[in-house]
Amino acid sequence: MNIKTKFFGEVKIDENQIISFVEGIPGFPEYKKYVILNDEELDFTFLQSIDEKDLCFITLPPAAIVGDYSFDLSDETVEKLELEKPEDAATLAILNIPEDFKKMTANLKAPIVINTKNNKGIQELLDGDNYSMKHQVFKEDV
Amino acid sequence: MLVLARKKDEAILIGDEIEIIVTEISEDKVKIGIKAPKHMKVFRKELLEQVKEENIHSAESKIDLEALAKVMKK
Repeated sequence: MNIKTKFFGEVKIDENQIISFVEGIPGFPEYKKYVILNDEELDFTFLQSIDEKDLCFITLPPAAIVGDYSFDLSDETVEKLELEKPEDAATLAILNIPEDFKKMTANLKAPIVINTKNNKGIQELLDGDNYSMKHQVFKEDV
Repeated sequence: MLVLARKKDEAILIGDEIEIIVTEISEDKVKIGIKAPKHMKVFRKELLEQVKEENIHSAESKIDLEALAKVMKK
């Protein structure tokens, strides 16, 4: 099937690439189906809604931002995603990219977690104060 | 909405599994203890509001990918 995308025009995707966010993503509860797109030039991962062209999150794996990113998934989320083992989970941090790109921040506090075995996804909200919702991606003076 | 008055150390039960205890009261703040099954998420409401805001902000931003690619390559 073909979908319209925010950054890449019309893109052909395979049905089995579709990731289902049963609860939607906070702020956009009505959109539940997304696909992951990559760009040749950029290392970002694009989480594109298949139903709304303009709805696309630019993300990075948290490990690319902070080396030792780790967290405990809630039992509730493990159940919802039907996760069997940690290795099946892919994690992405949603980026906020202002006009001044160097002030880019990543939401490490509420990562997107996807079960790569069944393509179910959720945005998890982590307990504790380990991670920030506005983590600076670039260190000062880059 | 059900509104109940509680004193310090008094509790409220919600169903069989959730208990909410007022542990400390000061002038403009109360401390609340929550006992709930592990599979239930408990968090401050404003935290979820912040996640929504971050998401909306992220999705709305207009980004020139070519310009971004140039910066990222530096």
